Amino acid sequence: MKKLIVLMALALLPLTGLAAGGGNVHLEKANIDLGNHAAIQRGAKYFVNYCMGCHSAQYVRYKLFTEVGLTEDDIKGNLMFAGGKVGDLMKIAMPAEEAGNWFGAPAPDLTLTARIKSGGADWLYTYLKGFYRDPARPMGVNNTIFANVGMPHVLWDLQGVQAPVYKYEVHHDGHVVASFDTEAAADAYVKEHGEGYRLGRVVAGLELVQPGSLTSAEYDQVARDLATFLTYISEPMKLERQRMGVWVILFLVVFTVLAYLTKKEWWKDVH
Amino acid sequence: MSFMNWIDERFPATKVWNEHLAQYYAPKNFNFWYFFGSLAMLVLVLQIVTGVWLAMMYKPSADDAFASVEYIMRDVDYGWLLRYLHSTGASAFFLVVYLHMFRGLIYGSHRRPRELLWIIGVIIYVAMMATAFMGYLLPWGQMSYWGAQVIVNLFAAFPFGIGEPLSVWIRGDYVISDATLNRFFALHFLLPFVLAALVFIHIVALHKVGSNNPDGIEIKQNKDENGIPRDGIPFHPYYSVKDVVGIGVFLIFFSAVVFFAPDFFGLFLEPPNFEPANPLKTPEHIAPVWYFTPYYAMLRAIPPMLNSQFPGVVVMFAAIIVFFFLPWLDRSPVKSIRYKGPIFKIAVAIFVVSFVVLAWLGMQASTPGRTIASQVFTALYFAFFLLMPWYSKMDKTKPVPERVTK
Repeated sequence: MKKLIVLMALALLPLTGLAAGGGNVHLEKANIDLGNHAAIQRGAKYFVNYCMGCHSAQYVRYKLFTEVGLTEDDIKGNLMFAGGKVGDLMKIAMPAEEAGNWFGAPAPDLTLTARIKSGGADWLYTYLKGFYRDPARPMGVNNTIFANVGMPHVLWDLQGVQAPVYKYEVHHDGHVVASFDTEAAADAYVKEHGEGYRLGRVVAGLELVQPGSLTSAEYDQVARDLATFLTYISEPMKLERQRMGVWVILFLVVFTVLAYLTKKEWWKDVH
Repeated sequence: MSFMNWIDERFPATKVWNEHLAQYYAPKNFNFWYFFGSLAMLVLVLQIVTGVWLAMMYKPSADDAFASVEYIMRDVDYGWLLRYLHSTGASAFFLVVYLHMFRGLIYGSHRRPRELLWIIGVIIYVAMMATAFMGYLLPWGQMSYWGAQVIVNLFAAFPFGIGEPLSVWIRGDYVISDATLNRFFALHFLLPFVLAALVFIHIVALHKVGSNNPDGIEIKQNKDENGIPRDGIPFHPYYSVKDVVGIGVFLIFFSAVVFFAPDFFGLFLEPPNFEPANPLKTPEHIAPVWYFTPYYAMLRAIPPMLNSQFPGVVVMFAAIIVFFFLPWLDRSPVKSIRYKGPIFKIAVAIFVVSFVVLAWLGMQASTPGRTIASQVFTALYFAFFLLMPWYSKMDKTKPVPERVTK
């Protein structure tokens, strides 16, 4: 059961000199619910435990989580390991310059990631599920929707280790003309057709080769909670603004109807 | 009443009220297109009010600007509302002004005796573009930074050795930097008041010549025994109550964006702008906000000549400057599209399609095919204006009635 193949997007890997396309990736639906306070609370817990070693959320104050049902004591006891006040911003101790030296680039602040990445929560969800073993990378992992990512798979002990299942595609004139499960078959096709045909390798899916401490359904929930959390902090007032918007528009509709009736009354003698 | 007498002996309050509202006679046949002037004024006021409040919390420095915007969004009570009203207001301003200009174009509101009124309007449009451009730098996101970099670099394309010093003078630095942000903030704060003054002048000019109308008829040429235009009705209360209806409808749409889609699918707030400005990291694709993209497409359509981007810059600015000449390009004997012939109608359709397609092209990454499309539509855009003296003259027109129609 744990050994299932997760069907994933086609993340182009440069293999035979083909440029990575980048744009056209398939995202898995995260189906998040911003009204689910428990999910946001769990996401906050995972975030401070697994992400905040390197990533800040420096525009967010810890106090924000009183909005999703935590008390100040909950926040101090469960989310703030280094002390401080609940009004503090979620900054990290790692200096950006040092981080740049260690990882090639400092780990980005995650406050607004859900608004930067096209797909938002779905992107985050797919990304968190998309790490796979790649010995060629410095951290030993790659990612299906973020090619050559510099980040290690910090949740690997929960998810386990995934290995890529490749598909071999033959390109001609910029189009995929054939696709094979084995490299040998694709090679034979290229040899047969000769010039102008090139071989490309894509990750067709991922296979769990070493189980983690969670089942795959449980891990999906972790990824969903984190995606919910990150989407929530990217715009904490989103639900509030929608609630307010309903009343504003209802008011404006009534106002406009009254204004129209007033206008009609004034204009009745204009011919 | 004696109180008003006391005022009127010292300030012409009643006189101004009557001349510009209660006894300002506007044609009675205004239609849908005549809402956008008052809506533009509403949005200008909205931008000034929300802008002043945002300025109370915003920090115009490269180190603090991005964080101060997030502070407004998160920690200031209803700061998010102020900010979304302001960012949506910028797009709404351009939308209503484009529709307002289009109205003038189809009903001949730029024609004699309203040439100066039109020119003042075009000056307002140019001032708006400058204001919006500088304002877009202030959030100090990636698109703010690189958009400003691209646009200011255009000035560096000026020949005769003045381009480079000119661009440095604008930036106050060799790249977009803290110095640029600071001065853009100062100017972004100043220009709306210049705009308000220009709008005042626009209305003074309007009330001198009187409003045009969908029939393009001069209502002042047909007055009754009291000297009141037979087709005129006092602006107040008739158009004041009517404009309130327009404001209501507009605000419904405006609120729908502010409360339910403030980034408007990446058009009003672009996703890369949620990432702080990084001078070392160029975004994959740089595009200005939608209201500038027709001109941006024209800029990219023109290939560099003699190793210089200058021709593209000239074309881009010419596309805006050509609006100033519109009153003299139109040689049709009639003003309104209602009495113009098929050639003008087709020309307007081509112009609208060109403008919209160029706006779309300006948002896309360029490909050889899109560059050719941009060139074709740039040519059509200019053809609309530059061939107008001929096609507007040879076009068949219908007789214009004496009195306005329904």
